[in-house]
Formats: sequence, C-alpha cells, structure tokens
Amino acid sequence: MDLDPVLLARIQFAFTIVFHIVFPAFTIGLSAWIATLHGMTLWTKDPHHADLAAFWTKIFAVSFAMGVVSGIVLTYQFGTNWSGFATLAGNVVGPLIAYEVLTAFFLEASFLGILLFGRDRVPPALHFTAAVLVAVGTAISAFWILSANSWMQAPVGYEMRDGVAFPTDWMAIIFNPTFPLRLAHMLVAAYITTGFVVLAIGARYWIAGKHIREAETMVKMALGMLIVLTPLQILIGDQHGLDTLEHQPAKIAAIEAHWDGEHAAPLVLFAIPDQSGEKNDFEIAIPNIASLILTHDWNGLFPGLKSFAAEDRPPVLPVFFSFRVMVGIGFLMAAIALWGGLAWFRGKLFEAGWYMSALQYVWPLGFIAVIAGWITTEIGRQPWVVTGLLRTEDAISPVGALNILVSLVLFVLVYAVVFASGIFFINRLLVKGPMRRTAHDDEGVASRPISAATEAGREAIKGA
Amino acid sequence: MTGMELYLPVIWAAVIAVAVVLYVVLDGFDLGLGILFPFTKDERERDQMMNSVAPFWDGNETWLILGGGGLWVAFPTAYAVIMPALYLPVIAMLLALVFRGVAFEFRWVAKPDHRLWDIAFTGGSTLAAFAQGVILGGLLDGITVADRQFAGGPFDWATPFALLCGVAVVVGYALLGATWLNMRVTGALEIKARGWARGLLVAVMLFMGVISLWTPLLFERIATIWFSMPNFLYLAPVPLLALGCALIVWRGLDHGSAAAPFFGTVGLFLLGFIGLAISNFPYLVPPSLTVWDTAAAPESQVFMLIGVVALLPVILAYTAFMYWTFRGRIRPGEGYH
Repeated sequence: MDLDPVLLARIQFAFTIVFHIVFPAFTIGLSAWIATLHGMTLWTKDPHHADLAAFWTKIFAVSFAMGVVSGIVLTYQFGTNWSGFATLAGNVVGPLIAYEVLTAFFLEASFLGILLFGRDRVPPALHFTAAVLVAVGTAISAFWILSANSWMQAPVGYEMRDGVAFPTDWMAIIFNPTFPLRLAHMLVAAYITTGFVVLAIGARYWIAGKHIREAETMVKMALGMLIVLTPLQILIGDQHGLDTLEHQPAKIAAIEAHWDGEHAAPLVLFAIPDQSGEKNDFEIAIPNIASLILTHDWNGLFPGLKSFAAEDRPPVLPVFFSFRVMVGIGFLMAAIALWGGLAWFRGKLFEAGWYMSALQYVWPLGFIAVIAGWITTEIGRQPWVVTGLLRTEDAISPVGALNILVSLVLFVLVYAVVFASGIFFINRLLVKGPMRRTAHDDEGVASRPISAATEAGREAIKGA
Repeated sequence: MTGMELYLPVIWAAVIAVAVVLYVVLDGFDLGLGILFPFTKDERERDQMMNSVAPFWDGNETWLILGGGGLWVAFPTAYAVIMPALYLPVIAMLLALVFRGVAFEFRWVAKPDHRLWDIAFTGGSTLAAFAQGVILGGLLDGITVADRQFAGGPFDWATPFALLCGVAVVVGYALLGATWLNMRVTGALEIKARGWARGLLVAVMLFMGVISLWTPLLFERIATIWFSMPNFLYLAPVPLLALGCALIVWRGLDHGSAAAPFFGTVGLFLLGFIGLAISNFPYLVPPSLTVWDTAAAPESQVFMLIGVVALLPVILAYTAFMYWTFRGRIRPGEGYH
C-alpha cells in the first residue's frame, strides 16, 4: 500500500489543531469570566462571587493544562511535518508566533500560578490583577495567532526572493486585510462558547436544586452577555464574509456551492456538491439571495467555482456543510439568548420550565460552531497553505509517510486518553459544584446536601 | 557578509542559547522530580514533591516554546532541517510532555484514584528528559543535509552516542530535582533528597567525563578545537571549573546547605553547555550548516530582537516575582491546592 505523506500530515494537523482549538476557545472566555468574578468580589465584598471564581478556576486549570500541552505540539509540528512552510514563511510568520510566546504565553503561564495558588499568599487586589493578566494574556495570544493565520489566508507586506518570503512592511503583515474581523469573530466566538457552558451549568444546578444562588448568578451573567454578543457575532460574521469575498473569492464560491459566476447566485440551503461534475445534486435553493447578501444587489455577480482552474478550487463539500453547521448554530444561539432575555424581561426566567430544562444541554453549541468555522476557513483556503504562494502538497517535510503514520497513531491514542480523562475530571468537578470556603480551610469541604439545603432555605427566606 | 548579516546571527544564537539554558535549568528540576518520583513510595512525600513545582511548571515549559519558536524565527533553515531529522525523538518528547503536564492537574482531581497519573508523571518526565538528551546527541552526531534540506533516514539519530546522551540527561535532571528538593522541602524528604543527590552527582560526573572524552574521539574537528595549542590552555578552565562546581555540590550536601547544591548543579549544567557550544560554534546543524547559513532575513531578526530586548527583562522580572511569591520550604502535607 502506498501511503500519501501529504494526506497523513494533513490528517495529523487537522486532528491536533481541532483538539487544541477546543481549549483556547473555552479558556479565553473562562479567564475573562473568572477575572470578572474577582473584580465583583473586590467591588461587592460578597464572598459568593469569590466561591464561584474559585470553582471555575479549578475547571480552568484542567482545561488550560490541556491547551498548553496540545499547543506545544503545534509549534513543533510546523517543523516536523511542514518544513516547506517553515522555510517559505518562516521570515514572516515565525516572528508573529514568537511574539505570541513573548507577550502572551509567559504572561499567562506565570500569573496562572498566582491565580491558582496565590489566594492566601498575595493581597486580593494582586490576585485580581493576576486573573486579569491571565485573561489579557489569552486574548493577546489570540491576537498573534489570528494575525499569522490571516496572513496565510491573504498574504501582504512581503516580497518573494529565491522561493522564500521576505518581510517588507511589518505593520501591513500584522494588520493584514482579513485580520481585524477574523480576530473579532474568534474572540467573540470564544466568549460566546464559554457563555453557553456557564449558562448550561447554571441551569443544571438550578434544575437539580443545588447551589441555587450561584446557579442564578451564572445564568444571569451568562445570558446578559450572550444577549449582546450573539447578535453582534452574526453582524461580524457577515462583514467577515464580505472580506473573504474580496480576498479569497474561491472560498466564498465553495461556501455558497456557487459554480457559475455568469449568473446571480441563489442561496443554496441544501445540496450535495459534486466536485468533478461541477454541479450540485439535490439542490434546494432560494434564487438571488446569495447575491443579495454578498453584493447587496439582487442581480449582483461574484465569481463561481468555474471561474477558477480545477486545481485551484477548494474541496466544496466539507466547506459547504461546515459553513452551514456554523451559521445554523449561530442563529440557534442567538434565538436561545434572545428568548431568555425576553423571559428575563417579563420576570419569568426562573419559571419557564422547558426553557431552563433545555438550557442544561446547550454547552456544546459554541464548541461545535467554532470547530465548524475553522474547518470552513482552513479547508476553504485549500489547495493552498499560503494563498497563492505555497500549495499544501509543496509544504510537506522530507520525511517518510511511515514516520507520519506512526506519530499520527500515537497522537490519536494519547489525545484520546488525555481528552477522555480531562472530560471525566471536569465533569467530576462540575458534579461537586462550587464550595463555600470556611475561614481556615483551604481545600474547602465537600459540598454536602445539607449545606445546599441550608443555602436554599436562606434564599427562600430572603426572597419572602 | 556585511555588519548586520555577520553579527545578527551570532546575537540570535546567544538569545536561543539563553532560552535553552533557562529551559534546561528550570524544566530540568521540574522533570527531575518526575524522574525521582518512584524513589519514594510515601504518598505525602510525593505530594510534597509535586507541590514544590506546581505553581512554576507551566512557566518553565514556556521556555521550550521560546527555544523552538526562536529557532524557527531566527534560523528557519536549521529548524526545517533539525525537526524532520529528529522526527521521532521530537514527537516522543512532545507526547511525554503532554502526559506529565496534564498529570499536574489530573492527579489532584483524580485523588484518591491517581495511581495511573503517578505513572504518567514519572513516565512522561523520564521519557521527555531521555528524548531531549537523544535530540542533543543526534544533533551533535551530525545531520545529513543535501540542498539545505534533511536528506537522511528516519533512524539516523539512533546512535550509541545519542542514546548515552539521553541517559546522561535523565541522570542530570534527576540531580537538579534532588538538589531542588534539598532546597525547597523539609522533613524526611529533605534527608532522602540529599542521599539521592550524592549518588546522582557521582553518576553525572561520570557521564560528563565520558561525553567529554568521547566527542573529541568521534569528531576530529572537536579534537582540534580543544587539544591544539594554545587553545588547550585557554579552554582548560572549563573542565576545572566543572570539578569545582561538583565540589561545591558535594560539600553543600555534607553541610546541609540549602542553596549551594542546587546552584552548584546549575553551574555544572552551564559549563557543560558552554563546552558543547565551544565544540560546535558556529555550526547550528553540525557538520554542515552554520548560524550564517541558516539565518532568517535580517529584517525578521531585527524585528524579533526588538521584542526580545523589550520583553525578556519584563518576563524575567515577573518570573522572579513568581518564585519569590512561592518562596519558602514545603512541609510534609502542605500544599497550595
């Protein structure tokens, strides 16, 4: 059997990066939420915010560890599997990654220690500062990595000499055309992802009648943020799409499964795109809507897949479907948030039975949308690693396919064990729930049913 | 070559050397604790060991990313040759680091059923250290390069010399770990750590001796550097200072001194590194590619150097602040969790 090293290396990269992106998508938002809780503790002196912060910090620690170790793998993979890319783009992309290490990784990693273990060692204000620095660090990290990725999508500010890209204008490289909206889209996605996790966990406790006060705080704070961010994300996504049409028209054609650029494009709701037949099977479409969305003109034209040579077209099927998954979930999330907002406004948030029950299961939505979005944008860039400069097949390292296969199998096995354990442990922490901290007990006591009952009783009395 | 193209790669080689040394020292004691884990069966002592690095391990490992990232930024060709050439040891190291890294968090959450994560912590730490030694040995052994690309086989690195380097690094990290414990814990573990450190020091000196003799025998260019006159006289202080460091460690252990054994060991590592640098400079990929052959565009090196000059002092400052915040010895059963 002939193994294709390029295919194996692509599977390996896809596998390791999908595994990795789950954690930043969660920890960027989670660190901001923890910092906010610490800020509220300082402001209100209410220990219940501090308990919530301590609870989510434990979950953060487990998630962050998995994000760190899976991220180290990626830094080295550019060299082990994609040395062609490392050579061609090293002068330009390398510094962006290195700035990420210098400005973000050290900041996060160092102050994480204070956030996790410093509650009794440093003054509260410094503990809060550490939480803020960790949150800022994760966002700075996103800044650089999105800048590097956006440059690969639409490279500018360089010149080619002897098959290697040389930087000519760093500002143009860092703030390349598709970067600002891509960054906004990803950061907002991360906050939304975390928001839905917090919302779901809050609903879970509320339904179970445990940690009622904490549960209501979680639901309200998450919902309040999501009401603003989910509609905003739809606007950002729309603008980002227009950006993509300008800089990567082939990707947009694949997203829309739009073959013929001579005519106005319908909005294809469903189809099975046929790459070699250059057509869609089983198409369900609304005429002219895609033209309207992308050109703001009923009869507007934009390039179709046939406008590009066959070897320059991305694989249509995965791009088409992953985009629909992302957008579908995006609208669903906005609907959930707005419905909750309406119930809240009418004072019925903590009554609506089916709505609260359903909220328990919304936690995966953000993750699925983030992964679907990245699949859309990364496969949509194919057949290029760096659009127009370097084809994926030319970026591969001179290593044997067997090497890549063996390492791929090992990655799958190791990640399966680590990921399964991580989920198991996070779930165990969630079952335990937030703990009330006694004056001299650092570990806290296990949350006994009796304390939850006392808590609920206190709430009921206060409410009356 | 004009001024900038001559000096920049040398400056960058120095920056990466600093990152690698910091990584080796900081993650060295950290990995060393994992290597030493099986030497005590006492649960409380294991907790003590892990607690003594829990706030630091993440920051320590970041130096590895800076080393790898820095190599890519400053010497993309070297990065693109070394990584494919040492493919399997690099992958082994990464996977090992995955296991031992998550073990820090998982072990606490898994209690009392954490036996598996003890094994992950020890196995991961030991394999990562061994793989780092093999990477070093494989690099010193030389990499087959044609047309500025790796042109050898997948197991070129698997030489007796590289495997010996692997074992040497495991033993060396264990010594760093033992002297760290001597400095940072109290109770029975402190006494035990001193005992471990004595045996490990003897082993480390043996390995350093064997490697120092083996390299000039294997590679003529290295023999010429060390044993021609007057180099021999200028370079004689390096092995002499190493002996001095060993003495400091030994006497420190005898007198129950806290810091001397650890910093003596750091000195040993520094001198070992300096020795290797003298043997190989200016080659980054021995025996064919120098720092100048593999350097990135000067504009990339300058752009990045600005960041390093501005940010490295800040990073070092808050790293020091971290170590200061969590200063003091860990008593049995005490932790930050």
